[in-house]
Amino acid sequence: MNPEIGHYALVLSLAVAILMTVIPIWGARSGDEALMRVGSTLALVLAGFVSLAFAALVSAYVQSDFSVLNVVENSHSAKPLLYRITGTWGNHEGSMLLWVLVLAVFGALVALFGTNLPARLKANVLGVQGSIAVAFLLFILLTSNPFTRVVPPPAEGNDLNPILQDIGLAIHPPLLYLGYVGFSITFAFAVAALIEGRIDAAWARWVRPWALAAWGFLTLGIAMGSYWAYYELGWGGWWFWDPVENASLMPWFAGTALIHSAVVMEKRDALKVWTVLLAILAFSLSLLGTFLVRSGVLTSVHAFATDPSRGVFILGILIFFIGGSLALYALRAPTLRQGGIFAPVSREGALVLNNLLLTAAAAAVLVGTLYPLALEAFNGEKITVGPPYFNLTVGALMLPVVFAMPFGPLLAWKRGDLAGAAQRMMAAFGLAIVAGALALWAQGGGPLLAPFGMGLAVFVVIGAAVEIVERAGFGRLPAATAFARLRGLPRSAFGGALAHAGIGVCLFGIIAETSWNAERITGVKVGGSFEVGGYELTLDRLEPRNGPNYRDLVGVFSVRKGGVDAGTIESAKRLFTARNMPTTEAGIRTIGFSQLYVSVGDELPGGAVGVRAYWKPFVTLIWIGALIMALGGVLSLSDRRLRVGAPKPAKKPKARPGPDADPAAPVPAE
Amino acid sequence: MTRKGRRLLLISGALGVLAVAAGLVLFALSDTIVFFRSPSEIAAERTAPGTRLRLGGLVKDGSVVKSDNTHVRFVVTDGGGDLAVNYVGLLPDLFREGQGVIAEGTMAPDGTFTADSVLAKHDENYMPKEVADALKKQGVWKEGEGKP
Repeated sequence: MNPEIGHYALVLSLAVAILMTVIPIWGARSGDEALMRVGSTLALVLAGFVSLAFAALVSAYVQSDFSVLNVVENSHSAKPLLYRITGTWGNHEGSMLLWVLVLAVFGALVALFGTNLPARLKANVLGVQGSIAVAFLLFILLTSNPFTRVVPPPAEGNDLNPILQDIGLAIHPPLLYLGYVGFSITFAFAVAALIEGRIDAAWARWVRPWALAAWGFLTLGIAMGSYWAYYELGWGGWWFWDPVENASLMPWFAGTALIHSAVVMEKRDALKVWTVLLAILAFSLSLLGTFLVRSGVLTSVHAFATDPSRGVFILGILIFFIGGSLALYALRAPTLRQGGIFAPVSREGALVLNNLLLTAAAAAVLVGTLYPLALEAFNGEKITVGPPYFNLTVGALMLPVVFAMPFGPLLAWKRGDLAGAAQRMMAAFGLAIVAGALALWAQGGGPLLAPFGMGLAVFVVIGAAVEIVERAGFGRLPAATAFARLRGLPRSAFGGALAHAGIGVCLFGIIAETSWNAERITGVKVGGSFEVGGYELTLDRLEPRNGPNYRDLVGVFSVRKGGVDAGTIESAKRLFTARNMPTTEAGIRTIGFSQLYVSVGDELPGGAVGVRAYWKPFVTLIWIGALIMALGGVLSLSDRRLRVGAPKPAKKPKARPGPDADPAAPVPAE
Repeated sequence: MTRKGRRLLLISGALGVLAVAAGLVLFALSDTIVFFRSPSEIAAERTAPGTRLRLGGLVKDGSVVKSDNTHVRFVVTDGGGDLAVNYVGLLPDLFREGQGVIAEGTMAPDGTFTADSVLAKHDENYMPKEVADALKKQGVWKEGEGKP
């Protein structure tokens, strides 16, 4: 496909996005239904044109069209097909185009599936979505055009940064963008509600599926990014508190708070003003993340192809949308009527606590991430805020959240019974203490972090199961009745419990890996061995191998435990010939939930090679836990009450306004 | 409890959480930040042994000495001053003589620097911002020139 077609499609997208911003909002103001309906059509057309532009860029990459500057700088004809495709977004321009593509597709989904939305709300939502598209399309066309030609075209490209030549590039950025940009929908809903000056429990029900979907994608995106960095960088670390990681964690905290406060708003008509603010914050933090990652103002280990001059443009977009929406919020929020009172000890109270602590954690991460920038602007002093800061603040704020998590769902709405909930948690308490004692015995005394953390993790997982058992009524009711009630429980109940259990699983992995990992750095010759984490590794041979666009020096290690053969591990030093750039290909052997991790370094004088080996107990639980969380999100999404396009509860002759009007949901045990 | 009383309780609870969070942030910030220094700054300040720092500059040409037990010694320079660095471990893939590097660690009593982590970038065209600024200050590298 011709790159000019792509460029032309982008310009057309901009024109469509401008119309999409103006017409539906105008229609909503003047009450003209025809103008409001145009919004849906324009959203679909926008998605079509942006897809066309994206397809043009992908095709330039696949065909290795070296007359396009972006392809020359980031591709190579010897690169395997998969990396030619993923290389499309492995650079600044293509990555921004992917961002806009996701934005346009989300807008189209609202147009297609938002059939039950009131016309005015839908028109305003699409209008806001269109305005975000205008800003980012302008950014691409004015500063980051991926279709710029180069004359004369070179015969060969510069190749993609070897670290990005990995399946991770196919998975991580799209998932992360689906999460980041997914929050643009909740943002658009919030701004639309503020424009109208009207908001009710139904609003929360429309917003929740989008918030849940964005949150699920963001959870997966962060987890996959973490695993990718873990095996690709060769240091065995899975979280560095790097600015780029923090940038993705902040919207995650805000989004997690949002999906919880939206429940309160939907069921009890309370926390309206707060939920709207969270919806604005989640996307604002996503925009901030995009700015931090794309501008390179902060030194990051994950920053690729950054450009400070273009960062200023994103900063402008940031100020416009965050400032504009917060100003609108300040203007309109006082007019939103509050409803639904509740006692401090109640389901609402627990969710408020969750929200407070999650937002405080997001704020702590924000301060730690931006403090170096502020201090440098203030007195020129260059500092870094390292892991100790984040571990302390986020750890201390998350501890009560995690501890309170199993209690929340057991408390009743309006007024809860904490003593009763604690009583029902006795089984979980007991198992947690047993787990803690086992952990203490396993490490033979010593620091209490591991026993305490593992006890807490077990408490959370069992607590999630207790919630389901309690709601079904096992123990209180005859088994047959309880089973019937279990089947009747809404899917969102299982989804919530599953996501909570995922947190526990993830916490278990984090605590086990941090407390019990073993590291060994040594020089080893062929035939030599060393020990790590109870395993004996022998370097059998070093052999050169050739790949399509690289050369490997592979170290083959045989693994033995207690004299018994436990397989082999291959780890390589890989040299990408196009850029003459070496990378480390870590060798990983998964044993149960634990991993042996080996990376080979440079050759040392005397014929040995440097080797870094780790024993990482239960490390895979960190990512498995995140997968379980996302699965919980999917399960909640499939709840028929939340399904996009589910029938409105308007069938009832006189739907009671307010919290209890929820006839669409089978509610056996609320 | 009245509606007003509940709201008051809620707001005071929220303020309480915020105060605790703010206190935590300030305490942690005062305790855990690490300053960035270039070799010439360290020479000028006579930094005390045991101080934790991030050292940045270029790896001096011909200065890297490896021994067979993964102990590495190299010199970081910013054009105005040199500092010898000791490090035990594997060097990052893009660690090269003449390239930008950031090492985090402490000053040793003998005036050398003991690094516990060494960072080079993952993109060969990319120079850490702190290092670029330090080099500009010493006049070794000016904006717009090819990167060293």
